[in-house]
Amino acid sequence: MTFPWFGSRKTFAHGIHPPECKDLTRDKGIRRLPFAPHLILPLSQHTGAPAKPIVREGQEVVRGEPIAEPGGFVSVPIHAPVTGIIEKIGLARDARGGMSPAIFIEQYQAANQEILYGAETDIDSLSPAELVKAVQATGVVGLGGAAFPTHVKLALPEGKSVDTVIVNGCECEPFLTTDHRVMIEQVDSIYKGIRVVMRALGAKRAIIGIETNKLDAVEKLRAAIPAGIACAVEAIEAKYPQGAEKMLTKALVDREVPSGGLPIDVGVAVFNVGTLAQIGELLPFRQGLIERVVTVSGTGVRSPGNYLMAIGTPLRFILEQVGFRERECELIFGGPMMGTTIASLDVPVTKGVTGILAIAKDHPLAHRNGRVYPCIKCGACVEACPMHLNPSELGLLARKMEYESMAEQHHLMDCFECGCCSFVCPSNIPLVQYFRVAKAITRERKVSK
Amino acid sequence: MSVGTHAIDIRTSPHIKGQLTTDTIMLHVVYALLPVTAFAVFVFGLSALLMILVTTGTCVLTEHLLCKLSRKQTTVGDYSAVITGLLLALCLPPAFPLWMAVVGGVVSIGLGKALFGGLGMNPFNPALVGRAFLQAAFPVAITTWAPAFWPKVWSIERFTSIMLPTVSLPFMRPESVAAFIQGVSLDGLSGATPLAKMKFEHQATPLIDLFVGMTAGSAGEASAFLIILGGIYLCARKMMNWRVPVSILVTASLVSGAFYLSDPQAYPTPMFMLFSGGLMLGAVFMASDMVGSPMTPLGIWIYGALIGAVTVLIRLKGGLPEGTMYAILLGNACTPLIDNLTQPRIFGARKKAVKQ
Repeated sequence: MTFPWFGSRKTFAHGIHPPECKDLTRDKGIRRLPFAPHLILPLSQHTGAPAKPIVREGQEVVRGEPIAEPGGFVSVPIHAPVTGIIEKIGLARDARGGMSPAIFIEQYQAANQEILYGAETDIDSLSPAELVKAVQATGVVGLGGAAFPTHVKLALPEGKSVDTVIVNGCECEPFLTTDHRVMIEQVDSIYKGIRVVMRALGAKRAIIGIETNKLDAVEKLRAAIPAGIACAVEAIEAKYPQGAEKMLTKALVDREVPSGGLPIDVGVAVFNVGTLAQIGELLPFRQGLIERVVTVSGTGVRSPGNYLMAIGTPLRFILEQVGFRERECELIFGGPMMGTTIASLDVPVTKGVTGILAIAKDHPLAHRNGRVYPCIKCGACVEACPMHLNPSELGLLARKMEYESMAEQHHLMDCFECGCCSFVCPSNIPLVQYFRVAKAITRERKVSK
Repeated sequence: MSVGTHAIDIRTSPHIKGQLTTDTIMLHVVYALLPVTAFAVFVFGLSALLMILVTTGTCVLTEHLLCKLSRKQTTVGDYSAVITGLLLALCLPPAFPLWMAVVGGVVSIGLGKALFGGLGMNPFNPALVGRAFLQAAFPVAITTWAPAFWPKVWSIERFTSIMLPTVSLPFMRPESVAAFIQGVSLDGLSGATPLAKMKFEHQATPLIDLFVGMTAGSAGEASAFLIILGGIYLCARKMMNWRVPVSILVTASLVSGAFYLSDPQAYPTPMFMLFSGGLMLGAVFMASDMVGSPMTPLGIWIYGALIGAVTVLIRLKGGLPEGTMYAILLGNACTPLIDNLTQPRIFGARKKAVKQ
């Protein structure tokens, strides 16, 4: 393979190069997973206010039918992923380990699971304000993991403007290949989605940023740029966390999002490529988000792959389908750098789940729970931190519980917990965990003041 | 197929980990020091071997005992005490009395490291703290040099007998090394170091001797070649910051080059400066100690420049023939200040709104 961009590859400063481990699923086309007999749909599977149920127990629902309405502006509706009956509305285990309200659906095994809901619309006739409403009605949230309601990003605050839409096809987390497959298999939907967000924001151009480990996707998308939209496809260095929106903005348009700010402060809006593909697919038919592509990978899984699965599918069902090796392992929702470990097999896949990883204990990259040595001030974390913080110093302050100094003099709140510092630390210091605690305490103190 | 019961591990992200750990880094520093150590034994004989074993043993033992005393898990397993022991031996004269070496080892670990809270907390390089203590306590013994026997002397006597000062009794005046030299050598073999010759007799030593290691001096100072080799190994494995030795050596050659150009008769060449004395060992293995050096790249350049310049100034203008030790200790002392002044600009901080 040649790298025509070598030497002039766009990127950001610092960051790390963890082994990619993407070969397990890179070339596996998207396959549909069977529908699980019972689905669990948490009411809060996005950032913002939880959705409000609009169904009652025992009610029959059709695949694609809305079953919960948004609980506010920063909230989205939830749609029934299968034709079936509402079993109950009650508490369910969530990925964080606690219990949260959810709608339980029992699937009709005999139903043909055709999507009957929706109405074809001409999206070009909609005004930007109507587009925002229409996007909210699809229930689409950031599918790259953040699960932030997409329509909120489309509604420009007073006095702000966006000139560039950045499409995030980096997928810098090891193991994950969800976006990679989407970029190869859903090219048209992606461009439809780009057209929608560009129109809603009044943006002049769009740039698709893809890491150099996915050159096939670069070629595919570049060849398919439709006439009439100013869109560029850029190959950027494969480096973690290239897909963080601040890093990506820096790499592609060389603008630094100010500390504590958002990309919109520099005239940029960043969308995950999978999110746009869903908007492009759902919006013309006014349908709702009911399924997503999830990479199921890791050494603990028998048949790794990229599966299209109904939202709400419980983890236990997925593992039964793909085969779970009888080994001690760690189950992760999301990528290995920023994902969450799952303690229960009854947790369902939600809109923000990009991957399900089963990393066996004997994996060469697995966390060994090694002895924590004192900080030897090697500076590896300083050279890794994409926000140019000093994790070593922050870590020492955290040990002394000097949270105020961390926040005020050492820019603690700029940390977005990418995990680079913990990954490189030779002394096995759990830096990110320290910062998570320190950030939570700082936020609490700010509220109580 | 049922999923059954499993042990599921729970932790916070990140769930994968780079596999380079502190003890591995330390172990590889030991590996990098081994050729230098072996050559020291080859050149200086049995006395050097004994001293290396004694300082390393003392350091490891002191570390272990102090951990036990403070009721902590022993930290011997991280190999940092071994490095301190080796470095201490390598920067002492080969015929140094063993009982003094024991004192040096105890001071290195006890005063230089454990007192500050152990690994990672020591502001100064522990081996240099030990050496500075010995320099102050035993100024004569520490400047009593044995000559390099190889290759001028082919006799294997250096491996079969011990130089007399090595076994001198505690608190007694050490024997002279001269008698031993007389016994094994031809005429013209002197224990004066190249730097001392330069300073007090204005007599230069051939560069090749310095490079290969055929000169009198501390046990590990001899071969610049092997030291550089070890340094390259560590840098290539990313276990050492290459900026430290590079900045020190570049500054030292620039400063001494300026002196040399101002008066070629009075001052030695920059090449002589680089390859003589402890500069190479200090730059590659002591100043690069991660704990005592700054963390930011700019900070490291400043730190290295400071050490390089001070070393040359002490050598040329100070009262001592050698200044590497004090220069590095001074650099260590400045590290917190340098670190404070060179904090990187946070991403997105204090920047005016970008033009749109």
